Amino acid sequence: MFETLILILDATLRVSTPLILAALAGLFSERSGIVDIGLEGKMLAGAFAAAAAAAVFGSAWIGLLFAIAASVSLALIHGFACITHRGDHIVSGVAINTIVAGLTVTLGLDWFDQGGQTPSLTGDARFTPITFPFADQLADVPVIGLIYSELLSGHNILVYLAFAMVPLTYWIVFKTRFGLRLRAVGENPHAVDTAGISVALVRYRAVIICGILCGLAGAYLSTAHNAGFLKDMSAGKGYMALAALIFGKWRPIPVLCACLLFGFLDALAVRLQGVSLPGIGEVPVQAIEVLPYVLTVLLLAGFIGKAVGPKAIGKPYVKERA
Amino acid sequence: MTQQTHPYSIELEGISKRFGTVQANKNIDLQVPAGTIHGIIGENGAGKSTLMSIIYGFYEADSGSISIDGQQVSIRNSQDAINVGIGMVHQHFMLVENFSVLENVILGAEGGAVLKQGMDAAREELKRLEQEYSLDIDVDAIVEDLPVGLQQRVEILKALYRGAKILILDEPTGVLTPQEADHLFRILKSLKEQGVTVILITHKLREILASTDNVSVMRQGEMVAHRETSKTDKEELAELMVGKKVRLKVNKDEAKPEQTVLSAKDLSFFDGQGVERLKKVSLDLKAGEILGIAGVSGNGQSELLNVLSGITPMASGEIQFAGQTITANAPKNAAQMRDLKMAHVPEDRHKMGLVTGFEAYEAAVLGYHDSEAYNGSVLMKRSAMLEECNERMAAWDVRPPNPHLKTANFSGGNQQKIVIAREVEQNPNVLLIGQPTRGVDIGAIENIHEQIVKLRDAGKAILLVSVELDEIMALSDRIIVMFDGAVVGEVSANEADERTLGLMMANAWNEGQGAQA
Repeated sequence: MFETLILILDATLRVSTPLILAALAGLFSERSGIVDIGLEGKMLAGAFAAAAAAAVFGSAWIGLLFAIAASVSLALIHGFACITHRGDHIVSGVAINTIVAGLTVTLGLDWFDQGGQTPSLTGDARFTPITFPFADQLADVPVIGLIYSELLSGHNILVYLAFAMVPLTYWIVFKTRFGLRLRAVGENPHAVDTAGISVALVRYRAVIICGILCGLAGAYLSTAHNAGFLKDMSAGKGYMALAALIFGKWRPIPVLCACLLFGFLDALAVRLQGVSLPGIGEVPVQAIEVLPYVLTVLLLAGFIGKAVGPKAIGKPYVKERA
Repeated sequence: MTQQTHPYSIELEGISKRFGTVQANKNIDLQVPAGTIHGIIGENGAGKSTLMSIIYGFYEADSGSISIDGQQVSIRNSQDAINVGIGMVHQHFMLVENFSVLENVILGAEGGAVLKQGMDAAREELKRLEQEYSLDIDVDAIVEDLPVGLQQRVEILKALYRGAKILILDEPTGVLTPQEADHLFRILKSLKEQGVTVILITHKLREILASTDNVSVMRQGEMVAHRETSKTDKEELAELMVGKKVRLKVNKDEAKPEQTVLSAKDLSFFDGQGVERLKKVSLDLKAGEILGIAGVSGNGQSELLNVLSGITPMASGEIQFAGQTITANAPKNAAQMRDLKMAHVPEDRHKMGLVTGFEAYEAAVLGYHDSEAYNGSVLMKRSAMLEECNERMAAWDVRPPNPHLKTANFSGGNQQKIVIAREVEQNPNVLLIGQPTRGVDIGAIENIHEQIVKLRDAGKAILLVSVELDEIMALSDRIIVMFDGAVVGEVSANEADERTLGLMMANAWNEGQGAQA
């Protein structure tokens, strides 16, 4: 029983990683006032770029760089539309998602000729698990051994990075000058402008950070969690991250908790496949897979109170006032 | 300060600014002596705000030069303005509401990439500033929890923290009670004593006369006069402002109130957050009188108008009107109230009075668009609407008299005339009118006031809500004061004076209380 739980939690960490990275990406963007429904698209583009580059160059790290470059480019397009040209954030985000969904498969077909997939990645072309010192020796120690060797050890670098990003994000957002300006620009850009700070510049920085994190999330999907790119492999994780962001009220620690909860439900769904529960019988997988979404709606609707986002979110900043 | 070497802390020479076809500022010259309080008055649209926006770097002037302490400077953005020692307190505060006072103050002047150090230094510096200028404030308070008077102080602190030697205040008293305003002027005096140059922009003559050393008058984009405050008076300034002799009092005879036409009893209303916005408000409105509702904005006046006009349903209480009893269980909506001959000029004409994308003739029938006069069997009678609109525009002196112009393109005063004409021309028995002259220039104010009095003399009942105390006192026959959703006092217009009303508005009035609040 204990071992099962550890295994589920272990899976939770792996499933949560892209959610955490994408949700933190969204946090930077939305705290600055830019709605980002394009997390999904940026992640998918990152996944494709990472897998493609890793397949060609044989290095996961080069793949990662390409993922970040692809994702940041899209983020800049989003910024150009929303910040410079004051376009509608949702329209721009949806456009990015749609373009990426089609383009990745098209390019994949053209470049690799494998039905839109990239070649399977092996060896250095993937991020491989890192085994902590003494993990194997300690594996037999009761309780702690299992937690150390199974749960904490044996993940790839991106998993650890994702978790390290949470306190780092907290520190950046709440303890630094950039964070103060970031929060201010999402609440009242006029105040930022009159304080002599460029609203556009702060927002561009925010979307670039968003792009970098989405790139990491994408690379994780194709070069760490899986061994190659599959059509639509982000599978709604970007939207899930957005839900976690709202659920966590745009704050890093609650957002982490939301991502872990969603990840846990996802891991549970896999575990419960074909398992017959006492008194209930066999639970359809779909019923569990739908839980995170149902939970978000229910919790947002009543249990955790109103999720009030940054005040100026989604509103283009217009300097001239009547 | 003793080290002031140049007599003028700020000098403008030949500043011009054009927006499209509008010449907002025309060849403006201005010299502000160091260490003085300098008033700039003018009607809405006279170009005051544009001029200040140029000084603060929001706009760049098409021509002209700015000198600070005798040095010509180039101000292209707010950062440049801050660098040369200019601070600005905007009419709408530039504060991040869910930030603490401290965070707001250091925004843009954080003193390092990591906040900790800068915050600690700022805390010390603020303590010093607060003492020096007697600006008491809790630096850890969240701004949105503070009353407006204190929020304004945060704005002043923000400017001082950045080392402002010139402080510009744009219409600073619009949102303040008279007592808060007095406090503000005391603060400005102490700033002046410390050597800060203050520029005060306002359209309130009383404030100019009470607090400034010099005053400059703007009219239609031009600087038309400079005066020493001690050598001018209300009448002269008003005349300079509008360019013709204006009455500061409304001419009206004693009211002859008749029967009660509308009677409200114990009206209550809760907003979406469950906050009680109206607390058992009762009032009687008689034919042939103007009942003024005074109060600082946001104390339930808007909610009262909405409930009386049927826009929002009441939570409890009852309204007796036109032989009907209206209660929470037997409500009437705005259209039904209109049918009972109640007209309503809403406080915010852009949000509720007009559809700004509509042409004038369309906006002129809003709310009455189902009337037979405008409707054929299927289509609306465009020609009838246009004809009527033309007549009204002539009768109410709406400029330009073009029924096809979009309402957004009329000036505030003319928009308001379109709304008031629409409501009044339906010959209502009761007129609810909110902020009739907000954002309206003096010439049009006079005209609107006359029309309101005329309506009263025709035996109509008028309920006037305004945050302008002058307006309430000039027009009303009877005045009710609201505070925090409740009626806190009633006085007849003859007995009302500014101080009493001001104290009531701040809920600091006790019957029989002596001179001290």
